[in-house]
Amino acid sequence: MSTATIRAGAILPGRGGMGGALSDAFWRNPKLLLFVMLTPPLLWLGIIYLGSLFALLIQSFFSIDEFSGLVVREFTLKTYGELLRPSNLDIIVRTVTMAGLVTIASAIIAFPIAYYAARYAKGRWKAVFYLGVMLPLWSSYLVKVYAWKLILAKEGILTWIFDKLHLTFLIEGWLSLPVVGGNSLSVSLTGTFLVFVYVWLPFMILPVQAALERVPGNLLEASADLGASPRQTFTNVLLPLALPGIIAGSIFTFSLTLGDYIIPQIIGTSHRFIGMAVYAHQGTAGNIPLAAAFTVVPVVIMGIYLWLAKRAGAFNAL
Amino acid sequence: MPYAVSFQQVSRHFGTVRAVDAVDLEVEAGEFFAMLGPSGSGKTTCLRLIAGFEQPTAGHIEIFGETAEGVPPYRRNVNTVFQDYALFPHLNVADNVAYGQMIRGVAKAERLRDAEAALEMVKLPGYGARKPGQLSGGQRQRVALARALVNKPKVLLLDEPLGALDLKLREQMQEELKALQRALGITFVFVTHDQGEALSMADRIAVFNEGRIMQTGTPEEIYRRPKTRFVADFVGSSNVLSPDLTRQLGGPAEWSSLRPEDIRLGAGGGHEAQVTGTSFLGSATRVTLELAGEKLTVLLPAGSDVPAPGATVRFSWEPSALHLMGTEA
Amino acid sequence: MRSDRQNRTPMGLKIAAGVGLAFLHLPILLIFLYAFTTEDKSYQFPPPGLTLKWFAVTWNRPDVWEALGLSVRVASISTVVALVLGTLCAAAISQTRFFGREAISLLVILPIALPGIITGISLRSAFNLAEIPFSFWTIVLGHATFCVVVVYNNAVARFRRVSGSLIEASMDLGADGFQTFRYVILPNIGTALLAGGMLAFALSFDEVIVTTFTAGQQATLPIWMLEELVRPRQRPVTNVVAMVVVLVTFLPILAAYYLTRDGDQISGQGK
Repeated sequence: MSTATIRAGAILPGRGGMGGALSDAFWRNPKLLLFVMLTPPLLWLGIIYLGSLFALLIQSFFSIDEFSGLVVREFTLKTYGELLRPSNLDIIVRTVTMAGLVTIASAIIAFPIAYYAARYAKGRWKAVFYLGVMLPLWSSYLVKVYAWKLILAKEGILTWIFDKLHLTFLIEGWLSLPVVGGNSLSVSLTGTFLVFVYVWLPFMILPVQAALERVPGNLLEASADLGASPRQTFTNVLLPLALPGIIAGSIFTFSLTLGDYIIPQIIGTSHRFIGMAVYAHQGTAGNIPLAAAFTVVPVVIMGIYLWLAKRAGAFNAL
Repeated sequence: MPYAVSFQQVSRHFGTVRAVDAVDLEVEAGEFFAMLGPSGSGKTTCLRLIAGFEQPTAGHIEIFGETAEGVPPYRRNVNTVFQDYALFPHLNVADNVAYGQMIRGVAKAERLRDAEAALEMVKLPGYGARKPGQLSGGQRQRVALARALVNKPKVLLLDEPLGALDLKLREQMQEELKALQRALGITFVFVTHDQGEALSMADRIAVFNEGRIMQTGTPEEIYRRPKTRFVADFVGSSNVLSPDLTRQLGGPAEWSSLRPEDIRLGAGGGHEAQVTGTSFLGSATRVTLELAGEKLTVLLPAGSDVPAPGATVRFSWEPSALHLMGTEA
Repeated sequence: MRSDRQNRTPMGLKIAAGVGLAFLHLPILLIFLYAFTTEDKSYQFPPPGLTLKWFAVTWNRPDVWEALGLSVRVASISTVVALVLGTLCAAAISQTRFFGREAISLLVILPIALPGIITGISLRSAFNLAEIPFSFWTIVLGHATFCVVVVYNNAVARFRRVSGSLIEASMDLGADGFQTFRYVILPNIGTALLAGGMLAFALSFDEVIVTTFTAGQQATLPIWMLEELVRPRQRPVTNVVAMVVVLVTFLPILAAYYLTRDGDQISGQGK
C-alpha cells in the first residue's frame, strides 16, 4: 500500500496512443464496436453464403432447353411443374416417409438413454453417458456408414449371428417382403433405414436429455404420490415435458435425412431420394434448375416444420 | 474543497423508464454516504453513473470538481465493490487485488507487496495464492474490498456490499467497513435497500424512490424527521397517519408519522383503540391496533404487559413524538 | 417405464439404455477388428485370420498420404477462419443487445440446420456463376462456413459467464477495452475457443457432403473414402484408413470435452 503512487486527480489521463484512442472511441460509441465485430462474419455468411443460397433459389425459376440442354435464364414455373411428375413425386414421398420413420425410431431408441442419463446417471456415469453420445456423434460420418456396410453385408456379422442362432429364416423372410426387402440387407430400404437411425440417433439423444434434465425429480414423485400409475406418469407428465426436446431432436433427424444422398447411395436400392436426385440433376444431367427446385423441397418442408416446432416451444431445448 | 460527488439535475432514462429523474446530490469529501431505497428506485443507477458504467441522459456530474460525463470508467479514479464481488475467476486472490496496478504498469514485485498489504488490511493475510472459488462469501467480499482499496481511489462505491452475507457476518462487516473508512479517509458511497444498515453505518443518507431523492440528511434527521410519507414508512416502518386521523388524535389536519416505539399502552389519558394482533419479536413485542379504520403499530419493549387480541386499550405518546409532514406529503 | 418411488433405476430402463449405447458403439468397434482381417475380397465375418500387413501397405500408399495432407490443411485453415468469425459473432451477440440479434444467430446456425447438400450445391453453382475455378480455397470456403457455428456455440456459452460485472470490474480497475479483452475475456473464453476449434477441426476433417460439391478434382480423405465405398477396390486399405480416421477424430473430441467439462458442456447439437 505504502509505495502505491498517489494520484491527485479524480479523472486520470488516458493511456494514449492508438490503442487508447480506439478504446475510447469504442467506449463512446458501442455501435462502432458492434459494427467492427459483425462486419467480417456478416460479410462471410450474409454475402457469400446467403448470396449462394439466393442464387440457387433464382435458378430454380429458370428452365432447361430440352434440345440444347442449356439453361434458359427466363422466369418460369415450368421446373417446379416437373417436380409434380409421378417419378419425382415418388422421390419426394419416399424421402419424407423415410425421414418420418427415422425420426420416430430415433425418438423411441433415444428416450431411455436420455432419460437414464438425465435422471439416474451420477458423477462418473454421467460423464460416461455424455461421452458415450458425443463420441459417436462426432466420429466420422463415412466411417459410420462404412461400418454398416460391413455389418449388413451378406457375408457380414449380422448374417453370421442369425446363422449361429438358427434364425436365418427371419432375415430371408423379411428380405422377401416387397418395398422393405431386397437381395441382402445392404441393398434394401431396411438397411437404409437402419443406417439413417444409427447415424442421426445422437442428434436426438442430446436435446431430449437436455429437456429431461429440466424436469424436477420430485414432479414425477408427486405424480406417483397422487396415485398415477407409472404408465400414467409417463404419458401425462414425462412425455409432455420431454416433448420440446423430442421436437428439437426431430428437427435434426428429419432435416438430415431429407438432405442426405450418400447413405441411400451406399446402402440401399436403386430407388432414389431427394438428395440423390439433386446430386444427379446438377451433376451428370446438368439440369441445375431442376436440382435447385428439388433443394427447395426440403427447405420448404423444414420451414414448415421449424415454424410448427417454434410454436411448440422446442427452441428452448436446443 | 469541492464535493466528492455532485449531481446537477442528472437524469438517466432507459427508453420510457426514468431510472434517475432530475436528481441533485452532493457527497462531501471523506464522508460515508448511503443511498437507500427499494429496488428500482434509481439508487444503483446513480452508483453506476458515478462509476461511469452509465452515462446521464441529461444533467452534469462532477467528481472532486472534475466533469465526469463522457469519461470512461477506466479513467475515473473511482473504484467499485460489486454486489456479486465480480472477482476474476482465472486469477488468484493476489493477482485479483493487484489487477488495477498491473494495468497501470506497476512492477510485479511492488504490486504483489501492495496486494498483500491490502489483504492484511481486510484481515486475509496469506490468502494470496488461493483462487476466488475456494473462498467463502465473506472472504470474497473482503478480497473485492482489498482489490478496490489498493488503488487508493478518490471515491469507493459499494453496491449492496453486505446483501449476500448472513446476519452475524453482516453486523461484523458493518463495524469493519466503518472503521476502515475512518482510517483511510476515503469517501465511501454505498447503496443499500436495508434501512438498518444505512442508519447504522452512514454519516448521511439519501432516500430514493422512483428515480428521485425523497430526502437527504443524517440518520437522525431521516429517522426522526421524515419529510414524506414514503420516508417515514420506508425508514423504520413508522406509522403514517392521514390528516384525518392526525386531527382526531389532537393534531392539525396534516400527514404525520408516529414511531411504533414511541407509543405507550395502558397509561391513563390518551386515546382508545382495539388490539387486532400481537407478535413476539424477541427483543420486543409488536402490537397492531385499529383505530377509525386505520392500523397503528406499537412496539413494546421486552417485559411489558402484552394485551390480548380483541381487547380495548388506551394509548398515548409524548407530544414531541408526533412528527408533522404537511398536507401534501 | 416402471415405478421408481425408491429412486432405484428400473431394470427395463437400464437395459434399454444399455442396449441403446451398445447400438451406438459396437459398429465403430467393428471397424477396429476389420483393420486386422486377412480377407481382402469380401466383408467376411468372422475374419478368417488376423494380420498387421495392411498397416504397412497403407503406410506406403501415396494417394492416402496426399488425401490426408489435403484434409489436414483444409481443416487447419477452416478452423482458423471459423475461430475468428465465430468469436466475433459470439462476442457481438452476447455482449450487446441490438436489433437483429436473433436473425444473426439464425444465420450462423443455418449452414448446419439446412441439409449439407443445399449448402454444397449453392456454393457450387455460385462458384460456377462467378467463374471461380475449384481449388483448395473453394473447399476451405465451404468448410469454414459450417464450422463457424461450432466455435460460435462454444464461445457464446462461455461469453455469457464472462459478460456483465467481470468486464465492468476490469474497466473499473482501469483497464480499457483492449486490456480487458487481453486480461479478462481471453483467459476466460480461451478453453472454450480451444474446444470449439478442435471440434471445428474434427468437423472439417470429416466432412464429405459439401466437399463433393466444392472440391473439383482434389480428394480429401473423406472423398477418398467415399470413392472406396461406392466402388470398393482396396478393402483392406479402406479398413485401415477408417480406423485411423476414428482415432484421429476421437482425440480432439476428448480433448474438447476435458477442456470444457468443468464449465459449460460442449454444444454437440451444433454439428
